[in-house]
Amino acid sequence: MSTTFVLNGQSATLDADPTMPLLWALREVAGLHGTKFGCGMALCGACTVHLDGQAVRSCVLPLSAVAGRQITTIEGLQSKQAKAVQAAWVALQVPQCGYCQSGQIMSATALLEKNSAPTDADIDGAMSGNICRCATYPRIRAAIHNAAKAAQA
Amino acid sequence: MSITAKRPDLPTRRDFLKSSAASAVALTIGFEWTLSTRRAVAAATAAAASGGAPFAPNAFLRIGADNSITVIAKHLEMGQGSYTGIATIVAEELDADWAHVTVESAPADAKRYANLVFGTIQGTGGSSAMANSWAQLRDAGAKARAMLLSAAAKEWKVPVGELSTDKGVVSHAGSKRQASYGALVKTAATLPVPTTVSLKEPKNFTLIGTRPPRVDVVAKTNGTAQFTLDTVFPNMLVALLKRPPQFGATLKTFDATAASAVPGVKKVLQVPRGIAVIATGFWAAKKGRDALRVEWDDSKAEKRSSSEIMQEYRQLADQPALPARKEGDAKQAISSAAHKISATYEFPYLAHAPMEPLDAVVKLDSTSCEIWAGDQFQTIDQMNAAKAAGLDAAQVSIHTLYAGGSFGRRANLGSDYIVEAVSIAKAYGADGTPIKLQWTREDDILGGLYRPMYFHKLEAGLNAQGELTGWHHVIVGQSIMADTIFAAGIKDGIDSTSVEGAANLPYAIPNIAVDLATTKTGVPVLWWRVVGSSHTTFAVEAFIDEAAHAAGRDPYEFRRKLLEHQPRMKAVLELAAEKAGWNQGPLPSGKGRGIAVAEAFKTFVAQVAEVSVDKDGHVKVDRVVCAVDCGTAINPDIITAQLEGGVGFGLGAVMFGEITLKNGRVEQSNFNNYRVLRMNEMPKVEVYIVPSTQAPTGVGEPGVAPIGPAVANAIFAATGKRIHMLPFPPTGAA
Repeated sequence: MSTTFVLNGQSATLDADPTMPLLWALREVAGLHGTKFGCGMALCGACTVHLDGQAVRSCVLPLSAVAGRQITTIEGLQSKQAKAVQAAWVALQVPQCGYCQSGQIMSATALLEKNSAPTDADIDGAMSGNICRCATYPRIRAAIHNAAKAAQA
Repeated sequence: MSITAKRPDLPTRRDFLKSSAASAVALTIGFEWTLSTRRAVAAATAAAASGGAPFAPNAFLRIGADNSITVIAKHLEMGQGSYTGIATIVAEELDADWAHVTVESAPADAKRYANLVFGTIQGTGGSSAMANSWAQLRDAGAKARAMLLSAAAKEWKVPVGELSTDKGVVSHAGSKRQASYGALVKTAATLPVPTTVSLKEPKNFTLIGTRPPRVDVVAKTNGTAQFTLDTVFPNMLVALLKRPPQFGATLKTFDATAASAVPGVKKVLQVPRGIAVIATGFWAAKKGRDALRVEWDDSKAEKRSSSEIMQEYRQLADQPALPARKEGDAKQAISSAAHKISATYEFPYLAHAPMEPLDAVVKLDSTSCEIWAGDQFQTIDQMNAAKAAGLDAAQVSIHTLYAGGSFGRRANLGSDYIVEAVSIAKAYGADGTPIKLQWTREDDILGGLYRPMYFHKLEAGLNAQGELTGWHHVIVGQSIMADTIFAAGIKDGIDSTSVEGAANLPYAIPNIAVDLATTKTGVPVLWWRVVGSSHTTFAVEAFIDEAAHAAGRDPYEFRRKLLEHQPRMKAVLELAAEKAGWNQGPLPSGKGRGIAVAEAFKTFVAQVAEVSVDKDGHVKVDRVVCAVDCGTAINPDIITAQLEGGVGFGLGAVMFGEITLKNGRVEQSNFNNYRVLRMNEMPKVEVYIVPSTQAPTGVGEPGVAPIGPAVANAIFAATGKRIHMLPFPPTGAA
């Protein structure tokens, strides 16, 4: 059975079990490996992608649920905010092991696309669903503030 | 397999392997590079463009004719910055252009790539990557530079002494001639490797002590960094393993009918550690595993609850134990003291929970076994894989990929997940089919190899002047090294990893006894970031705080006075106190400040924590000030990052971390009930590095040690309540 949706700006038809979580369809059917598996229960955020611009956890989202919708993964980030986030991540040397960082960047980008000048409380609200066991949190926070300024400039 | 971000203009590993065969000085590297089709095309294109043999003066370095500098890392990069640190040491002595430096992982080969702190084992741990690489890699870089200089001298017919190097270029001032390293590799490769070479004076360092960007950060911000999870081969299968629900339980019977009927499931096979469901992808394997019907035999299983085990530990603390340290007569000193204090501290089992659940890809046939993993103990894993495969170690090759965290979990002496993957490939038929074993988060949390549970009992005596006269510390818990290949390291019944941080108590007290009662349970245990000091530092630093309070003294000044003979430890304590404003008056009501200091893996760390406690007892850690002395600071930004991360990792553990067993069954399974620190709980962290020209020591772990007691002591300062059981109660001070 196949599901058709817009993946990183292009129409994609994936032939897979419609109950398969989007995460595994992206990774094993579409061959996009930037989105990671962390918990399988929407608890850690490593699998975060954008569904029609909203940050969602792809590990619990059945493939069938994205039919006709727009999905953006780390590989498809294009917006000014996304580029600012990635540049800030490099400038502040955020990643350590790096495994959660695709998800962190997807959540941070979704935040900045809605809120151009987030407060620390806004960042807590948007980012507390993304676990980083290396605890790069202080740098993530600083990088989001930097990216917000850069994207507004 | 190279796992740095590839630039299309640089030659790739495959080219080096091809061209190395023709080069007299090239390394023979015992594994094949496997590429996806897309990358293979890129590699072929690059091969055509690069040309020329690389210069490989030693096992740690290759210089290409195109000026590429490839540093070969014998250590795992699991987030701690080892690749960048290793490359910095080589590049410093080589005078390389940092922009041309990439890193690739070394194959498993103890002869060339042993961790010199471990002896003859290749592996990463104990915060040793920089310490054991320092002299070795400076020498490697300096000798390569000397050969490039000799090559230029030979080509230009000028004395070597008239030449200089800077950012990958050799210059001759007199003739104004210049040559890039790449242009000299052909000649350099014909020259002998010098036996001795002089190293740079620290004042001439241009990379060490600066903040060269990490070699892995770009790939880790655009989704291209290659983890084991991302390793894919044509026709690769994915396996999930159903393991027993209690440690030590064994298989009675299973019914694979429903599992085998799941579309995509290829085989359901019994292997030594459980039942493997092998499928075309993760989801089919998961559905198949969920459909398995299994009966287990629990006759040999650990069936106790963790609360029962702890009760046993409490009783053992009052029984005679083995001495780990004995100076003077602590018992007598305490019994005759003017003031006596005592306390107990209880520590739970902890899971490591790295973000990347354990995974490994294995390609096994009758004569070879190839493994892709975030491999931490390469030559131990090689040996255990060989045993599981029925091959010789030399027939097992390991490709070490980026690990999505480890915190000790991947450094296990039984190589659990590697052996599982090999045993599954063997049961499948050892026909060369690549098989990826994937653990789920539940497999990880339920899977054992925890930081051991411990019980600590401390007693101390103070004289009328408030000075400590006796200190008696009893530790009860499982040994990590017992029954492993490291068991020979247990001396006189003392596993050093059970008592480190306690037996080397730094404080000047005339009578000290530290005793250990080693227990046995059916729960498998393992080192967890900062190992023994993950519990001993809490007990020591919380209790010394209680002693300071009993003496009516400031807890910082009390420690400081006892550290007169420990200059490096005293210096970090003073630096942290100064930067935290310790002596600038108390915090407002509802807030408190606490201090703790530790030496772990020869690095000294002090931390001052500031907490707020609300009227319901909820604790928020607002700020943590760290001071660290790790010898020469190779990369101050990575040191800062490791201290920041150590604070967050350790704080999550003391606030929430707890693996409990009920009737032998682990009660936690995922991040909902095994809580870790999240963004909204992370304090501000400031890191101050003590300037030093001593040899570098590690920073991956030591920052974890003092955070728990610093926060607990801050909670006491805010509320007057001590914490004697971890994790903190949900309302820390209520």
